[in-house]
This record gives sequence, C-alpha cells and structure tokens, in this order.
Amino acid sequence: MKQGKIENSEPDTMTATENLSAERTPVISVKNLVKKFGNFVANDHLTFDVFKGEIFGFLGANGAGKTTAMRILCGLSSPTSGELMVSGYDVYKQAELIKRNIGYMSQKFSLYEDMTVAENIRFYAGIYGLSVRQRKEKEQVMLQKLNLESVRDKLIASLPLGWKQKLAFSIALLHDPKIIFLDEPTGGVDPITRRQFWDLIYEAAAEGKTIFVTTHYMDEAEYCSRVSIMVDGRIAALDTPDVLKKQFGADNMNGVFLQLARSATRTD
Amino acid sequence: MIKITNICKSYNNTQALQGISLEVNDGELFGLIGPDGAGKTTLMRILMTLLIQDEGQAEMNGLDVVKDYKRIRQLVGYMPGRFSLYQDLTVEENLSFFATVFGTTIEENYELIRDIYVQIEPFKNRLAGKLSGGMKQKLALSCALIHKPEILVLDEPTTGVDAVSRKEFWDMLKKLQKQGITILVSTPYMDEAGLCDRVALMQEGEVLSIDTPARIVENYSSTLLAARSDEMHRLIEDLRHWEKIDSAYAFGQFAHVTPKDDEMEAVELEQYLMHKKHNNLQVHEIAPGIEDVFMALMSGDRSY
Amino acid sequence: MDRFLGFVKKEFFHIFRDRRTMIILFGIPIIQLMLFGTVITNEIKDARIAIYDQSKDEMTQEITSKLLSSGYFLLDRNLQTTNDIEAILKKGRVKEVLVFGRDFSRKLKREGKADIQIIADASDPNLAKMLTSYTTGIINDYIFKEMGDLHLPMQVEPEVRMVYNENLQSVYMFVPGIMAMILMLISAMMTSISITREKELGTMEILLVSPLRPVQIILGKVTPYLLLSIINAVLILGIGHFIFGVPIKGSWVLLMGESVLFILMALCLGIMISSLSKTQMVAMFISVIALMLPTILLSGFIFSIENMPLPLQVVSHIIPPRWFIVILRNIMLKGVGMAYVWKETLVLVFMALLFVTIAVKKFKTRLE
Repeated sequence: MKQGKIENSEPDTMTATENLSAERTPVISVKNLVKKFGNFVANDHLTFDVFKGEIFGFLGANGAGKTTAMRILCGLSSPTSGELMVSGYDVYKQAELIKRNIGYMSQKFSLYEDMTVAENIRFYAGIYGLSVRQRKEKEQVMLQKLNLESVRDKLIASLPLGWKQKLAFSIALLHDPKIIFLDEPTGGVDPITRRQFWDLIYEAAAEGKTIFVTTHYMDEAEYCSRVSIMVDGRIAALDTPDVLKKQFGADNMNGVFLQLARSATRTD
Repeated sequence: MIKITNICKSYNNTQALQGISLEVNDGELFGLIGPDGAGKTTLMRILMTLLIQDEGQAEMNGLDVVKDYKRIRQLVGYMPGRFSLYQDLTVEENLSFFATVFGTTIEENYELIRDIYVQIEPFKNRLAGKLSGGMKQKLALSCALIHKPEILVLDEPTTGVDAVSRKEFWDMLKKLQKQGITILVSTPYMDEAGLCDRVALMQEGEVLSIDTPARIVENYSSTLLAARSDEMHRLIEDLRHWEKIDSAYAFGQFAHVTPKDDEMEAVELEQYLMHKKHNNLQVHEIAPGIEDVFMALMSGDRSY
Repeated sequence: MDRFLGFVKKEFFHIFRDRRTMIILFGIPIIQLMLFGTVITNEIKDARIAIYDQSKDEMTQEITSKLLSSGYFLLDRNLQTTNDIEAILKKGRVKEVLVFGRDFSRKLKREGKADIQIIADASDPNLAKMLTSYTTGIINDYIFKEMGDLHLPMQVEPEVRMVYNENLQSVYMFVPGIMAMILMLISAMMTSISITREKELGTMEILLVSPLRPVQIILGKVTPYLLLSIINAVLILGIGHFIFGVPIKGSWVLLMGESVLFILMALCLGIMISSLSKTQMVAMFISVIALMLPTILLSGFIFSIENMPLPLQVVSHIIPPRWFIVILRNIMLKGVGMAYVWKETLVLVFMALLFVTIAVKKFKTRLE
C-alpha cells in the first residue's frame, strides 16, 4: 500500500486529531512504561496519552501485555520504570488516590448474585464512602435511568446478562470517577443490548469522563475515538480507527489487527 | 446430515428452546448465530445426546438422538464451550487420552488433524493449562477430530480467542469441510455469520431466520442510512428524538439509522442533522449487514 | 481394556501432578499418625502430683520418695483433708492425687493388704492412663522388692479412679481411628472431587459423548484411588505396628481383607457424592461435613459411643467407620477371627452395595 500518500491525502482527519490532542489535557499520560517479570518484558517502552472525554481502545492479542499495562494504570501493580500520571496523580506514589478517581468494570465483574439490585448499589456506594442520603439518591437516579425500578428487589442472579452489564457499568460510575476502565465489556450479549451499553458509554464520554477499553474483539474497537494496538509488549499502532484503516488499507479494524498481529512472535 | 424438528426444551420455568426446526445438509458448514441465552448450547447438547428434549425429534445422520444415542456418540466429534481439556496433562497426553477413549491412536488418524496439530506440535510437552487461548482451541479441535467423526459440533469455539486465532480457526473449519465433514458451529459474533454456508439466527430459544448469509441480508427490505458526526452521543439522541426515525444504533464510528419511511434519502437526514449543528457530518445510504438484520428481527418482541 | 488402562493412566497423571493431592494422599496420613502417636506415647516428665498421706509411716514415705525420684513426678503439695483433693484437681495443675490409707505398712504386713487410692484427672484421658500405670508400676515394683519374702497375694491393690472420663479408651485406639478416617478421606473425598472436577472443567461432557460406558468411567476413576488407599492402609498399619508398637494379634490377611472392603465402601460413597454434587466445592463440603466430622466425632474414634446420648448412639449406626473401627479393634487388639466380626463385616458389605447401587443409578449418561 502507498501508505505515505494516503496519509497525505487525509490532512483533514490528521489535523483534526492533532487539534484534539493539542487543546485537551491528557488524563492518562504514559512515557516509556516498562514492566518486566524477571527476563520477560511484558510492556516495552509504552508511550501514549489519553485525553479527557475520549473513548480509548487498548487492543492486543492474548498475552500482548494489555492486561499488565491496565493493571499498572489502575494502581494495582507497579511499573519497572517509566513516567506515569493517571488523573493527575503519580502511579508510584499516589496509587491510593488514583484508585479513588477511577472506576473499573470487567466482563467478569460480578455484582453479588445473591443480593438484590438495590442492595448491590447501596453496597458499592458504601464502599466509596457515600453518605446514606447520597446512597439513596444515587440508587433512585440509577434505577430510573436504567429502567430497572421494577426489578430493584430482584436478585442479580435472576437478571439477563445485558441488564447486569448495564448495572455493573453504572455502579462503576457511582463515585463519579474521572476515568473508567472497561475490561472486555460487551461479550456475549445480543446486538441491541450491546448498543444500549455503548449508549451508556457514549453518554459518560459526552459528560467528560474518559473511557479506557481493553479488548481483543476488533469490532469493539470501531466504537472508540482512538485505538492503540499492542503487539509483543509494544504499541504497534495508535490512531483513530479511520486513519488506521486507511493506513493499512483494511475495511475494518479486524483487517488492521490481522496485519499487525501476524508479525507477533509471542504466543503466550 | 442433521435434522431437527420442532424441538422444545425448558429448565425449571424458562423455555430454553421453543420449537426449533432446522436441517443441516451433508458437508455443510452451518452456523448457529445468537447471543448468550439464545439456546445454542442447549440445542447442541440435545444433538450430542447429553440432554433429552421435552418435545420434537432430532436425527444425526439418520440416527435418533434419544434412541440411538450410543451410535451417535461414535460418529460425532464435539467441542464443548470453554475448551474442555485436562489442564494438567500435556498437549500430547491430552490428544492420546482422547484417542484411547475412542479406541484409536494418534497415528491412525494423523492425516485428518495434521494441518491443525503441526501448529501446536512444537509445544507437545507443554501442559495444556499453559497454552494460549488460540493454541488451546487448536488442541481442543484436534481432540474432537481424533476419531474421524462424520459430524463435528462446535460450541462457541471462537469465544475468548483473539482475532488472529479466530481467523485461523475458521480457515481450519473450511478445510475440514472440504474433507466431507458436516460442521455445526455456534457463535455469538455476528461478523462470523458470513463465514458459514448457511446460518440460523437465534434469540431467546427461537430461530429468527435460516438462510445463507447473503440471502438473509438481501431479504432485508427497509432503507438503512449511516450517519456520523463529532459527537456520537448527541447524534444518537438527536436521531432518536426525530419522529421520522424508527431506530438509531451505534455501529462503530457510524450510527445506523432506520427511517420510518423507506423513501427517506440521505440528504433529508443530513439536513436535519445540520440543522442540529453537528460538525463533520457524513450521511449515506448503506447495505445492511447480518447484525442490522438480526436487530431488526429482534426488535419486534423486545420488552426493554 | 486399552480404553480403561488409558483412563487409569490419565488419573495417575492428575494425582501425581497435583501437589495438593499428593499431600492429602500421603502427607496427611503420616503426619496424623505421627501426631497422634507421639502425643500418646509421650514420656511423662515432671507431672505434678499431690499426696494425701494418712499414714505417714516409713513405707509411705519410701514410696513417695521412689515416685518423686523417678523423674516422672513432681510433688506439688501434701494434702491435709479429703476435701482438698477435689479442689486441687479442679485447678488443673495437679494431674494426679495419691491417697495412702491409714496404717499403711502395718496393714500391709499384718493383713497382706493395704489401700492406696490414685485419683487422676482424666480430662486428658491418655495422660491420666499413663500416669496411673506409671504410678502403679512404681508402687508394685517397690512392694515386690521390699516384701519379696512375703508370698504373692500380699500386694498393694491400688484403687484407680478416673474422674471426668470414667470410660477411658485404649491408647491403641488411635490407629484404627486414623485408619478409618484416612481411608474415608482419600477414598470418598478424593474420588468425589476428581469426578466433579471433570464436570466443572467440561471434560465430563466429552467423556459422556465418547463410547466409554459409565461403568468404565467410574471404574477408571476409582481404580487409582483403590490402589493408593491400599498402600495407605499398609502404611498406616506398618507405622502403627512397627513404630508405635500397636499390637496386631489377629490375622493380617483378614485385616487387609476388611480394609479393602472398607475402602470399596468408601469409594462407592465417593461416587455417590459426586453424582449428587455439581462442583468440587460441593463435593468437598459434603465429604467433610457429612463424612469427616461424623467419622471423627461419632465413630467411637475419639468419644466412646456408650457415653453418647441415645439419639447420637442411634445415628452412629449409619456411620460406616463405626463398624470398621470395631472390626479393626477386634482383629488387632483382641486377635479374634471372622467369627467375631462377621456382623460388622456384613453391615459394611450392605453399605457398599447400597452406595454403589445409588451411585450407578444416579450417574447419568447425560447431563441432567
């Protein structure tokens, strides 16, 4: 492919992105992140910024190192070296502050199945130190917004997967975090429920929250404002889906990913 | 071939399958497409003689799944969800164990699995638990093939596996199909429907549609428009609030819009959105994909 | 047959590769045995005793000094009244009280009989048993030497009274008890866990749809544990007999035969549990709560059945180890043959048949 030419032929998109970057302050700023486990380099000099209100897709094959990097950003693991700021806090020294300013939800994120919807909401609200009045208020607002009022006293176990997912996401937003980390969020649900889930994500982003999505499903990547693709512990590509698709001459992100991941040497 | 007639099955109070009928022809690569809870696994387990249906009949190569279950078990290869392997046995031990269980040896049927097995053979002394998702998937497939089955039933073989492994897996299935094996595969990923000869779209225990992927898409008659702007959330909100719009859903960078009136043109929509002050607006008519069709078929009976 | 052997081979892989399984299989029996064994055979050293000497004559003084110089006992205090006895035992520091009757040496010389009362705190029954036997041993030894010229019937007859636990059990009980417990643990718990593990992993689905018959799956699962349990039985008996000197008076063949019967019964129980539980955790819970605890508490291993309230005595009848322990005790300690254990044996046979029937009926060729 004549990559250079294509890049030149799309000056609009490029400037748009650059402008975007220039006028916004990074919420996550990573410079030369290295994480080693013994001799194994899980993250090899990662450098990227994530901006406010962005839906940032963090992609990679199994074992490419994305989970490791995400755990570091969440303050769950410390990096070997590199400069990292998350939500204005230093990853090395202020991990506790970071945890207070981020929300986390994974595919496996489990609400307590043997507790009711309302009990789950109140429990998590309690964890983040909301007052009893705030808790009640949040519960009310959330149930209304998600249309779950009719099931507020039903056990989580009895709800369809899609409802649980939406509830889990809303609970991750309970304490008003600036950044929300989503780990493979939308697997297994039907297409409409999935769209409803993305509606929630877009809404949160429109409200100025930053969304950091790790996934290895490439069609999920199409929904992101920008995506980074990790191969063998390095960031092999980072841009908007449009630019990447043109750059690699692919119809969809799957095509982009296949080209990049073919060069991978790591298998596990 | 697989012949399913009016199969019903319920657990406790939920109807997992509500009168499923479909046929899979000899040598066909047939896909059951649907989200979790659609009933794909239940249907496959009935075919694999692991469950007994409440109503209806099913035949595998002419054998009844209830009466002839023993003979069916000889001729079908099965790969349940979540790659059922022994994590504490090595690659080779897993394979030779399943070979002995079926009264055969790796050598005897090596031809059939060679293409797949060579890719994991370098790791044959590694414990299965230490393999990557893609390699586990290949090993599980090798194990399912070790007794030269006539029919292969694969329950969500590509779930939890990265894009490269998924692609390789579908390539392998195509090769197996060429060797005359009838393959029934399930997946929650709509984009994989196009890789099957024919598919059944399933939702909540019912079949929404059965056809070739191409014809399923052709049969979609409504007009479909795609729109994008800098503000996705506001775009979708604006679209949904317009009385001329039936539905609007995010599809990657675009929103797919179904107007109430099939005659609506892209220009009209664009004007409406310009009026709403959207920047970098793009609107055009598009051909629907499987997912659009699925959503259209679904939305008839949605309660939430 | 190849299929079956292949299956057994696979099971051995699972067992040998899982450190936890190996520890449960061989570590726990040996550790248990050593623990119980050493606790029980522990040498008495400096046990505190009190003496209530009503005679205070030459002989009682000498006996006292013999006792105290033996190194086993330490005099806590001399008591003045009978009332002190209970008080001091209640405090718990003094483990044994020795009471010499009035006119000890005179009575002994004249009547050829004298009274010593040994009161031991049997809240620790094994210790109490040992203390009393040491004490009697020393006293008798002294009397023999001192009164050697007198004819034999003239002896001190110590009157031993166990307080707090009137029916003291034999110290040798621990070997039969541990044996029952370990064999139950390995056979029932390990088989049920290994079967449910396959259900959890999803491999059971593949096994079910394979041409393997359920019986083959069950036998394949059970055979390794049968072999390992037999090894364990031999190991426990060996250690008990050769290291701790537990007598085996009866026939080894009969003993092993009964052990194999008990193992088979426990394996059937394990299969039955596995067919009732969906996950390893449930299987483990059932095994521990429904099997281990009753084995420890209700089988007569630690607490004697005769002393239990009636309802528990009735319940103890359905606890298989109860019967096995009786069999072991009879063969090992009393040295009796089949004629004395046939009833218990029949009970075990019946239980094994019952469990295997339920297990096979419940073991499905399908998933529900």
